[in-house]
Amino acid sequence: MGGAGVYAIGKSGTRLCMQILKNTNFDFLGKKALFIGLSLLLLLAGGISLAWKGGPRYGIDFRGGALMNVKFAKQPKEDDIRKALGAKIPGEVTVQPVVGTNEVLVGTELQSETQLEQARRLMIETLAATFKPAGNKPDFNTIGQARLAELLPEPLQKAGIALSTDQVRELAGAMLEFRDTPPRSGLLTGFDELKGVPGVTPAIINVLKQEFSLGAFAVRSVEIVGPKIGRELREQAVMATLFALGGMLVYIAFRFEWIYGVAAVLAVFHDVLVTIGLFSIFGKEISLTVIAALLTLVGYSMNDTIVVFDRIRENLKLMRKESFPRLVNISINQTLSRTILTSGLTFLTVLSLWLFGGQVLNGFSFALVVGIIVGTYSSVFIASPILVFWQNYLEGRKHRRLRGEAVRPRETAKPPAAKAAR
Amino acid sequence: MYKNLKYKAAFIALVTLGCFYLVIGLPKSKEELLANFRKNIRLGLDLRGGSHLVLQVQVQDAFKAESDLLIENLKERLTGAGISYSSIDRNDPKSLEEAERIQVNVKGVPLDKTGPFRTLINDNFPTWVLTAENATDYRLGLRPSESLALRRETVIRSINTIEKRINALGLTEPTVQQRGRTDAESEIIVQMPGVDDPARVKQILQTTAMLELTEVKDGPFPSRESALSKHGGVLPLNTRLVKATNRPGETGEAWYLLARTPVVTGRDLRNARPSRDEFGKWETDFTLSQDAARRFGRFTESNIGNRLAIVLDNQVRSAPTIQNRIEDNGRITGASNEQDAADLALVLRAGSLPAGIVYLQETTVGPSLGADSIREGLIAGIVGLIAVVTVMLVYYRSAGVNATLALILNAVVLVGALSYFEAVLTLPGIAGIVLTIGMAVDSNVLIFERIREELASGKAIPAAVDAGFSRAFLTIIDTHVTTVVSCAFLFIFGSGPVKGFAVTLVIGLIANVFTAVFVSRFMFDFHLMRNPQMKSLSI
Repeated sequence: MGGAGVYAIGKSGTRLCMQILKNTNFDFLGKKALFIGLSLLLLLAGGISLAWKGGPRYGIDFRGGALMNVKFAKQPKEDDIRKALGAKIPGEVTVQPVVGTNEVLVGTELQSETQLEQARRLMIETLAATFKPAGNKPDFNTIGQARLAELLPEPLQKAGIALSTDQVRELAGAMLEFRDTPPRSGLLTGFDELKGVPGVTPAIINVLKQEFSLGAFAVRSVEIVGPKIGRELREQAVMATLFALGGMLVYIAFRFEWIYGVAAVLAVFHDVLVTIGLFSIFGKEISLTVIAALLTLVGYSMNDTIVVFDRIRENLKLMRKESFPRLVNISINQTLSRTILTSGLTFLTVLSLWLFGGQVLNGFSFALVVGIIVGTYSSVFIASPILVFWQNYLEGRKHRRLRGEAVRPRETAKPPAAKAAR
Repeated sequence: MYKNLKYKAAFIALVTLGCFYLVIGLPKSKEELLANFRKNIRLGLDLRGGSHLVLQVQVQDAFKAESDLLIENLKERLTGAGISYSSIDRNDPKSLEEAERIQVNVKGVPLDKTGPFRTLINDNFPTWVLTAENATDYRLGLRPSESLALRRETVIRSINTIEKRINALGLTEPTVQQRGRTDAESEIIVQMPGVDDPARVKQILQTTAMLELTEVKDGPFPSRESALSKHGGVLPLNTRLVKATNRPGETGEAWYLLARTPVVTGRDLRNARPSRDEFGKWETDFTLSQDAARRFGRFTESNIGNRLAIVLDNQVRSAPTIQNRIEDNGRITGASNEQDAADLALVLRAGSLPAGIVYLQETTVGPSLGADSIREGLIAGIVGLIAVVTVMLVYYRSAGVNATLALILNAVVLVGALSYFEAVLTLPGIAGIVLTIGMAVDSNVLIFERIREELASGKAIPAAVDAGFSRAFLTIIDTHVTTVVSCAFLFIFGSGPVKGFAVTLVIGLIANVFTAVFVSRFMFDFHLMRNPQMKSLSI
């Protein structure tokens, strides 16, 4: 049974079935120099970018600092925000617009917990002073249900609208839910927008207009990480990564042979390095969720590798006469259609995550999108060549020992594999 | 070969129904269905909106307070026993780690009093260890067992106080818990789903709220120095100098010389509430407990015409002159609005914190962002699912239907298990579900490709199906274990949302072994049993 034999028939029974790859017989190992070169190129590009930018760009959770996502009613002028905040906040202030929205990420990196706490207060106060209409009326855009339900009954009663406490609560909840759903996403620009909410009458809108104001911005999220937690999260990330890699190494070594474990771990390590390099090239931040994505892709890339290894192990029993490199090449070809199909399908799902999953998951899904491509690639082009390389080395040593002299290992194993596979 | 199919069918039906029950219960109406769904699928703070805080109890504050108490008592005892000394003071541990290094230094004890001094310490202050520095100087350190107890007690009291304050805020389902790591014993995690104004809540939690009503001995003075110089450069026995808070519009400092021990403290409060004074300004009224009221009554009666300081967190809020005997109530003026007055009342009712609080971390997600995340996660999931199902159906035809059913059941089991384990669904968790779709299909592809190979090598359909499943099984297990391994470490070392991701992915993968291997196999077998003469398999 050769590499071509299994895939020669593209039919099952009498009906034709669809197959992307029929009868594949690519010589993967023969071109390993090309692929290893490509990997090195990618790694080098990532390395240069990392060196150029002074290491990876860490997310707020690793670096420590305060970051706020502020949504404005109108596209704000970045410089206005920067100027207003820069005058008040001691440290450096970063203002970064979120592309395609009226949202702005405002951040600062200060060295102590108390400073960060102060910076948070100052940021909101300054923004309020700069962008909110003057007046003491409560801001409908930042109010919560409990407070709204507390403030509403009195003016409603004055306006002659009789509602029970529960009804007021329900009304408040409905109005705020309306406020918080897209396209408003937390910001009303006029009270008249509330017309569509069930239970809201023009009279109620009038009461709202009298009693409340509408702020020009809403704080959508706040993240503050002090240096202590930042250090902890960094340690967590490193530990999780090391243990996960170690755990997999042990498992694969246990299920296969230790060299398989080493090959698989080297391959996924390659994936992680390439992804980190790409993160640096594209200027994306590495946060704890990105680490989670990296570990997932480690698991995923490992999947692909294992499928190939599994087949190698099976074929080792079936094809005792084949040379090892040729056998590996056959195994890769046999599993290729599966590899491409599943990677393609998983790629579709993570692509969907990346395109539609929103801004919060952006880094996470980017890591997966990149990782699945790199991971699939490395299973085929990195992990298996390592196995062959090792086998060649072992055989070379054996020959050396037998003959009592040095024989170049390449001559004993590689050429037949390349020839036969072609 | 197919004799167990009935039982298998029953088992699959049972699991499916069980999962549905876990998620939606037994609803009688659409509303009830939605309500059950909301109850069973717990959303994390990043999806439902809310705040996650990590705060650190500054335990060293309690150690300082403990040693201050010792110094007070020691001075009194030494004076009473006729033992002279040149100075007693303590060091000032700045951080949490240094708390145990607290030490009180007693200097200049006469040589002939060494014996009585040691006895006095050993008899009256057994929690402290006395060490001689030289013939006349000593230092006192807290016993290790005492330190440990003090540390624990401080944290527990802080948690209790914070819990009371949080509960008084009327939030839904807040949680307060110790972080529980060995290196983070003095850290507390507070989770507040749906909180409106986290900045205000943080302020409330951070207020020490130590209230003292104390006799004013002298003052006010414009500065610390002027107060000291009036008393010959040293503070009179049992007094302390306290600064007053500035009212809005006031400038300059005011210092009061107060009695060291207060007449009543915040612990003696029965109630506190916001109210308005005769000019319509907001203030906080408080009433004292019976026991404290008697003490306070006696004190005010005998001190008519003198001043009384209302001290909050070591700052004099006001120092009114006592007009007549006051029994059980008082007020704290100077609130800038109703909310201020109400917040102060709240913290006074909940009691004071034994030590200061520092915020180490805050993660706040507004309700609109949470809603957006859910919506976007859902869209991403649906688009991903449609894409995968389309490819599977086109590529594997009838077997694709089989895979699709297995995939959907996979999702049902996953959600059912999440609800059973009361796991919290986070945004990365949703990503985990979406990712599971992609990975779940991997098992099907492995099996189907294998069946195709077996068919191609000339096996009969049942044998090919059998071989396909059994050969792919080991590979499936191997691939799943590696992902589970990485998720396990993510779960151990990760926190919050990342943990949610790990849990979802692991459950998804385990469910996947069930659906892709067991359920999908069942569907093939069922199909083969009904058409034993089948000539071709649509795969």
